[in-house]
Amino acid sequence: MAPTFLIMGVFLLLPIFLAIILSFYRVQPLGDVSYTFRGWRNFWRMFSDERVRIALKNTVEYVAIVVPTQTLLALTLALVLNTQIKGKNFFRVLFFLPTVTSSAVLTLIFMWICNSNGLLNRFLAVLGLPTYNWLGDPSVALKAIMLMNIWATAPLFMVIYLAAMQDIPETLYEAATLDGASAWDKLIYITLPFLQPVTFFIIVMGIIGTFQLFDQSYIFSRGSGGPNNSTLTVVLLIYQYAFKNLDMGYAAALALMLALVIMIVTLIQRMWIQEENFN
Amino acid sequence: MLEKASWLTPVLYVILILYAILTFVPFAWALSASFKPLSEIVSGADGLIPQQFTLENYQQIFIQEPLFGRWLFNSIFVAVCVTLGNLIFNSMAGYALARIRFPGNQIFFFLILAVLMVPGQVTLIPTFLILKSLGWLNSYQGLIVPSIVNATFIFMMRQFFINFPKELEEAAALDGLGYLETFFQIVLPLAKPALAAQAIFIFMGSWNNFLTPLLILSETEMFTLPLGLNTFKGQYISYWNYIMAASMMFTLPALLIYAFFNRYFIRGVTFTGSKG
Repeated sequence: MAPTFLIMGVFLLLPIFLAIILSFYRVQPLGDVSYTFRGWRNFWRMFSDERVRIALKNTVEYVAIVVPTQTLLALTLALVLNTQIKGKNFFRVLFFLPTVTSSAVLTLIFMWICNSNGLLNRFLAVLGLPTYNWLGDPSVALKAIMLMNIWATAPLFMVIYLAAMQDIPETLYEAATLDGASAWDKLIYITLPFLQPVTFFIIVMGIIGTFQLFDQSYIFSRGSGGPNNSTLTVVLLIYQYAFKNLDMGYAAALALMLALVIMIVTLIQRMWIQEENFN
Repeated sequence: MLEKASWLTPVLYVILILYAILTFVPFAWALSASFKPLSEIVSGADGLIPQQFTLENYQQIFIQEPLFGRWLFNSIFVAVCVTLGNLIFNSMAGYALARIRFPGNQIFFFLILAVLMVPGQVTLIPTFLILKSLGWLNSYQGLIVPSIVNATFIFMMRQFFINFPKELEEAAALDGLGYLETFFQIVLPLAKPALAAQAIFIFMGSWNNFLTPLLILSETEMFTLPLGLNTFKGQYISYWNYIMAASMMFTLPALLIYAFFNRYFIRGVTFTGSKG
């Protein structure tokens, strides 16, 4: 107990406390770390910072596309795998492959497939379609990362859906069959309503996860957020300010802003799920 | 559960097989490229089976890139230490929270819930500064110690132990076993499934972690594989054969562990997932 408490204190609680203090300072980390008090200025600065606006816009766009798509895909796959179909264990294991693979490797494989000489362009050429410089185009770069993450995360949520489906009482379906309900009716009137709390949970987990996008953007753009800021995310921006511009106070303020957004989403989920329990 | 309608089954198989192809092709392609000479990859004559099968790519990454072996060692060493630490500390803390009435029990529990809510990015910069002032940047302890406890899994273990039958421990107490003996001899062996799920998650998390090592490591000798791979990509920018061989060396251990512990992994997803 004591060692756990010590480590938690030094590496979890103290940092949270420090983050709040740092956000009011100008912190210069080279050599002997120097601190200058700046009051609320780090926070005001965000509002006029063009790069914060771009990073937020990219991140929100990313969340808005990835979360619904991966949730739907996970639900579809889980529904299909929940039928009396042969070989479902094989498919379950196979689908999970991208989820266990590191984001660094996935990003490299995707970059390779999308490079001008890569699999994607070969495939298009075989079909007689025009090939394209996918990686260099700002309007495509973020979409490629979106696709990759949907593909890598959906199986994780699929497993949660599958587990939730095991809890639906079989008697409900039997009763529905006696009443002459079709497979479609059962899906709409039994399965989906039953899965509603899980769906909400999965959406919230999805939002929290996607707001923290970093690895893929970093590896894809070599830390720059390019081409033309198209892959700049909030966490990448925090990294850049803290470790490239060496402006750690401002970066801490940005991190607090991100934490605030994520905590609000989490709180909404907690409240929602508690209400579900009372009903 | 959907009905087994005769027209539906083929449709379901089509969906499953299409998605299986979508999942599998990138990996198969990467694996096959790791056994091809660069000329074959660039020439465009590339089926899944290499025309000129070669191990040269793998020799290259280990011989020409002497640090690759070191990165592999660093990754394994750090992931193993972090996993063992988490197993011991999270379980003990979770057990204490579930069973032992000690002063501050409630406060500690609420602190864990609070920490659970705060995203990791908040602690990045302060942790960096703390490690710097300890002189732990570029060190194994800097990589290991801060991630040796995990609030999520303390919480998970607490939930596990709360549902644990008390009678066994009471019997152990009658036999004169102390807290520690009861914990290590009676409780822990019965918690194996929860421990296995936790071990896999922590190991994978550490093995694949990119951001933390990126911040606290600057000497290439200390790099873990994700960072090494990133550097590697920078050096061999269009040598996709080497990059894919290195990627496969990085993926293989994770895949083996996953294949071996698949059951626990999926149980862990649902355990941490649907109960959170």
